[in-house]
Amino acid sequence: MAEKVFGRPESLADIPTHYCPGCHHGIIHRLVAEVIDELKVMDKTIGIASVGCSVLAYDYFNLDMVQAAHGRAPAVATGVKRVHPEGVVFTYQGDGDIAAIGTAEVVHAAARGERITTIFVNNAIYGMTGGQMAPTSLVNQVTTTSPYGRKLESAGMPIRLTEMLATLDGAKYLARVAVNTPANMAKAKAAIKKAFETQIAGIGFSMVEVLSTCPTNWGMTPIESAAWMEKNMMPYYPLGTYRSGEEAAK
Amino acid sequence: MAEKILMKGNEAIGEASVVAGCRHYFGYPITPQSELIEYMAKRLPQVNGVFLQAESEISAINMVYGAAAAGCRVMTSSSSPGISLKQEGISYIAGSQLPCVIVNMQRGGPGLGSIQPGQADYFQATKGGGHGDYRNIVLAPNSVQEMADITIDAFDLADKWRNAVMILGDGALGQMMEPVEFKESSAKPPEKPWAATGLHGRKTHNVINSLFLQPDLMENHNHVLQAKYAQIQATETRWESLQTEDADIVVVAYGITSRIAQTAIGKARAAGVKVGILRPITLWPFPSKPLVDLCSTAKAFIVFEMSAGQMIEDVKLAVNGACPVYFHGRTGGMLPTPKELYENIMNVARGEGGK
Repeated sequence: MAEKVFGRPESLADIPTHYCPGCHHGIIHRLVAEVIDELKVMDKTIGIASVGCSVLAYDYFNLDMVQAAHGRAPAVATGVKRVHPEGVVFTYQGDGDIAAIGTAEVVHAAARGERITTIFVNNAIYGMTGGQMAPTSLVNQVTTTSPYGRKLESAGMPIRLTEMLATLDGAKYLARVAVNTPANMAKAKAAIKKAFETQIAGIGFSMVEVLSTCPTNWGMTPIESAAWMEKNMMPYYPLGTYRSGEEAAK
Repeated sequence: MAEKILMKGNEAIGEASVVAGCRHYFGYPITPQSELIEYMAKRLPQVNGVFLQAESEISAINMVYGAAAAGCRVMTSSSSPGISLKQEGISYIAGSQLPCVIVNMQRGGPGLGSIQPGQADYFQATKGGGHGDYRNIVLAPNSVQEMADITIDAFDLADKWRNAVMILGDGALGQMMEPVEFKESSAKPPEKPWAATGLHGRKTHNVINSLFLQPDLMENHNHVLQAKYAQIQATETRWESLQTEDADIVVVAYGITSRIAQTAIGKARAAGVKVGILRPITLWPFPSKPLVDLCSTAKAFIVFEMSAGQMIEDVKLAVNGACPVYFHGRTGGMLPTPKELYENIMNVARGEGGK
């Protein structure tokens, strides 16, 4: 008798995605879906897709989904959650969406302690539009709109959104994770689960920032990208828990 | 029947929304609609509703988008500069065919403008306002009672057509007090099997979306929207005619200017001039047909607006050269007097034309 030990999460639709080879979105989608399955909340979960590479997430999750305007996902999620307070509502946003055009929306959703969960995928570049400078692009990083490298004098330092939100009382669970190794994937999944549990317990806002590669727009192979992320992104964006559920419960 | 109470227009809209079953409001303070957001802040908690003061009009309209997507009756309100900020969200609401009610208590513009009444957002309200081919149903009440009645209708129309409905008022209507009574809403909100509620056993997932990457599918979606708009035009157009049967001159005015026009035509009638008023109640769909019909009896139209001349374009399109169309307007928050319109009517009656 063969026992099935690994399969597609029920919350993840059985269709091919458009993501590039080596991109981490696929892994992150899967981890979110596994968590939703394990928490047995698939029936009452509503996801908010944002604008960016993950815009088509509404097709990839086998959940009720709402597509939001660029940056506005936390406001849309607020509207959904206030209508369905017993539901589980999450946003899935990239760094351009959440840390540039949508900064106000996420800051105020966190400040209100909105009972939603945000999955923030940070790959330090605008992927969908073809590799422009993001608010999270590193100093000296070459992009199509910083062809001579991001200049500190004119563009400033990249934004560490998770640390910013950690100053807000309403943000009850905040973590930064990566999915570049199996060990990190396990930690990422645990953080995502904790974030959803924070929402379900009605404690407040939760967000997990996931560092991700963009081989296509970084101009590297997937293996080179993973190495570049470790060498350049992780020192500036340290992994770890920035607000914990336990601390919030006190 | 409920008793009549004295209320500001802004407050009447707030109470009427509660009568209509609206339990979710998202807004941001701006003059001259603050009485409305304040009314909702006080009233909704009394009926277990949700009042949320957003960080911006942009967030407020996107909360409306989310709440409408989730299947409830929802409203936001603002005034001219704030309505400009909402346009992105309104375009998404149109693309995703979500029902909601948006109130604009217009003030003088452009830019930060003034805080006094205006009607210069007519183009923005009736021609789309945001990007893409779309229409909002635009209702223009002219009394506190009608503001209450039309608000209840607005929620029914929004649900019936899965479309945004804009109530286009102005600072004068919002802040003036008149007696009003609230009638029970008879219509029940329809089932919304398309809403994002969570699957709850449903086999296929609901997706609220306005993205169509394939242009042929995007065009198909536009055909669906345009067919809906054509049906709305055919069935939902509303207007009021006042003493137009024998009128040589017809004043076309909506909202507060139609009230000012009533005083002016009374005076002109007393002076022997046969003049009436055609008042559009729906600004979109625009009541072109009654204007066309009036061309067989009227000799001239005077369009009367608190703008530099916006609705006059729709009047001219309807009249199509069959009659002269004159204009009288004030801008910037200046309320025109009955006297200035009266003088304009008398000029036209003497064959001296208008402005």
